[in-house]
Amino acid sequence: MSSKPNSPAESAAKKKTKTKAKISAEPKSAKKPQTKQMKTGAQIIVDTLIEQGVDTMFGYLGGVVLPLFDRLYDAPINFIIPRHEQGGCHMADAYARASGKVGVVVATSGPGACNLVTGLATAMMDSIPIVALTGQVRTTLIGNDAFQEADTTGITRPVTKYNCIVKDVKDLARTIREAFHIASTGRPGPVLIDIPVDVQVEKCDTSEPAELALPGYKIKPHGNSRQISQAAAAINKSEKPVLYVGGGVISANASKELTAFAEKSHLPVTMTLLALGCYDQSKPESLDMLGMHGSAYANYAVQQADCLIAIGARFEDRVTGKIKAFAPNAKIIHIDIDPASISKNVHVDIPVVGDAKVILTELTKEVEFRQRKEWFAKIAEWKKKFPFRYDNNSSVIKPQYVVEEICRQTKGKAIIATGVGQNQMWAAQFYKCSVPRQFISSGGLGTMGFGLPAAIGAQIAMPNATVIDIDGDNSFNMTMTELSTAVQYKLPIKVCILNNGYMGMVRQWQELFYNKRYAMSHIENPEYEKLAKALGAEGFMVDKKADVAAGVKRMLDEKKPCVADFRVEPEENVWPMVPAGKGIHEMDGLDILESMA
Amino acid sequence: MKHIISALVENKPGVLAHVAGMFAARAFNIDSLVVGRTEDINLSRMTIVVIGDDKVVEQVRKQLAKIVPVVKVQDFVGQPVVARDLMLIAISAPAAKRPEIFALIEMFKGKVVDIGVKLVMVEISGPEAKIEAFINVCKPYGIKSVARTGTIAMPRQI
Ligand SMILES: Cc1ncc(C[n+]2csc(CCOP(=O)(O)OP(=O)(O)O)c2C)c(N)n1
Ligand SMILES: [Mg+2]
Repeated sequence: MSSKPNSPAESAAKKKTKTKAKISAEPKSAKKPQTKQMKTGAQIIVDTLIEQGVDTMFGYLGGVVLPLFDRLYDAPINFIIPRHEQGGCHMADAYARASGKVGVVVATSGPGACNLVTGLATAMMDSIPIVALTGQVRTTLIGNDAFQEADTTGITRPVTKYNCIVKDVKDLARTIREAFHIASTGRPGPVLIDIPVDVQVEKCDTSEPAELALPGYKIKPHGNSRQISQAAAAINKSEKPVLYVGGGVISANASKELTAFAEKSHLPVTMTLLALGCYDQSKPESLDMLGMHGSAYANYAVQQADCLIAIGARFEDRVTGKIKAFAPNAKIIHIDIDPASISKNVHVDIPVVGDAKVILTELTKEVEFRQRKEWFAKIAEWKKKFPFRYDNNSSVIKPQYVVEEICRQTKGKAIIATGVGQNQMWAAQFYKCSVPRQFISSGGLGTMGFGLPAAIGAQIAMPNATVIDIDGDNSFNMTMTELSTAVQYKLPIKVCILNNGYMGMVRQWQELFYNKRYAMSHIENPEYEKLAKALGAEGFMVDKKADVAAGVKRMLDEKKPCVADFRVEPEENVWPMVPAGKGIHEMDGLDILESMA
Repeated sequence: MKHIISALVENKPGVLAHVAGMFAARAFNIDSLVVGRTEDINLSRMTIVVIGDDKVVEQVRKQLAKIVPVVKVQDFVGQPVVARDLMLIAISAPAAKRPEIFALIEMFKGKVVDIGVKLVMVEISGPEAKIEAFINVCKPYGIKSVARTGTIAMPRQI
């Protein structure tokens, strides 16, 4: 595979396997003969976290988590205090995305737990493994509207893969082990455990092993061999195949297997936002991102394909456009670990339920190389005619130019976090990734404010990497308080604000669909340079095109957390664009792109 | 089409909320839902009647199976099953009408479980259609109140 085997993300992915092995292992204490080992709930939590391989946690204090924090004080765990629990949850999320490990976040009851909701929903939509621990009021007060009581499991049930409250200290160790197992296996996701304060204080004997008890949780990684052969046969027969890759391939650490499979059978590869980096975008077979703001060549290829092989992807509406018009001529093969995502949105002809890594390995054995000259010639033609483009003769700074310059100066090797909106789409279009876990973005939920805390979480996971948050002014505004966290922990993250003074993506829709009535989409922004400095970070502003390259260099050279405020074209649009309700071949803006050639 | 879905679930707090929440969040319609104990004290059975096309019901089944404390999900559609509802119904029954009413109860294999000056309470079980039919024949006498379970079901041993 093209990605360096010892790139930080790959080596961390290897570590993950180790962590996973530990999950099923019994606790050490279990093997000793029965001498009573009395521990408090708080101590059990800390010991079980360490046993699960946790060395980094994020979280915020409060009354009902004090027993836990008291035990964490002496634990060999690097503890990061964000400025808001939402920030902490995004940090744990991005820590998981960048490292392949489980992110862990702690919050107090009531307001603390409620502040996790956006972060959990973000992780849930993107299938990111998080274990969230929340304090709860004492068991005898539950249901009494006690101070800082909230029905945390009730509130978070729809935004977690699993959650529960532990009311008996004897269940604590087992439940935490189960949480790690559920979060990190199958289709990963966030798991929340609510722990009343008295349970943290209570003692129990921990000499008995506490094995997982999950009769309803089964994962079938292997896939049905007949279906795998059917898929291989369909691929071998196909004249115009397209491989459509989703974030699931990254969660399965299967980027190497994916590349081997694509190369052996000679397939063009398109990726969702979450899969960027999974297949080296510098390869000629890469079709880059597909969907609403995807490449014209990916969208055309999918629409004309005779065989679409979806792996770890879920046919979301931002990807498919009008569902009835999606890949109309293609036999659809869908490989996914989650049976519920198969035939949920589109009818699948050949489903294979299983782990992407396992199935890709099997599939690779059965596929044959085919030249597909005509198909690749067609694709090359589209690629030549409709590359992602912008007007680089303009005298104002084009946001795409800033992203391109960052990509050039970092040689495409940085970890990129993003905000949500136009900035996110430009980052996806113009930063060419080559390794998995390199592009970190809130795809499913589209959470503005994700970028900065995500950059922090990723930098903590990958201390030697260059981590850049390519952000929007308004996205940054939502969680900018976390800059202070980056300063406290001396993290050299870079924040590149593509400052257009607008909720740009909203403005774009208003321009196109609401007669340019820019209702409330303009915001008075602070002076980011001063703001950054006030918080102890570095900051500067760039408003001339000629200064962009130097500005990017300055940002990259900076040792402190750094905010670079690029004043970009206020009314730039993201092209191409598939308007809502249209098929993905019906893109707007292709004429505009062509006119810039 | 009507599907009877049977889900074995762990006997844990929050499971019902999880299942009900999933139905609401995914805009699936529940026709009836019955929860009760089983032969295993650790497991409960939820019998859920869903009306929808095959694609929707397939999703219901998969989404149910995905819920961690849900152990096993079966869709009984197309299988021979015994399906039963239970109803308690209070019918206004003045002395003059009683012989007629009692004959009906007899015909439907119902059971009189309480008798008052003006009312009789009848317990009746059977397939949903039979319950509906009994309600219909009672209407002319005046129905005071009805309490019904949803459907429970078990596949026939063939
Ligand atoms: C928390 C949240 N609120 C609202 C939205 C809706 N929304 C999507 S993009 C966008 C504007 C983003 O503005 P900015 O961060 O400045 O990015 P730009 O599009 O200008 O690059 C808004 C409001 C959202 N995605 N997330
Ligand atoms: Mg903006």
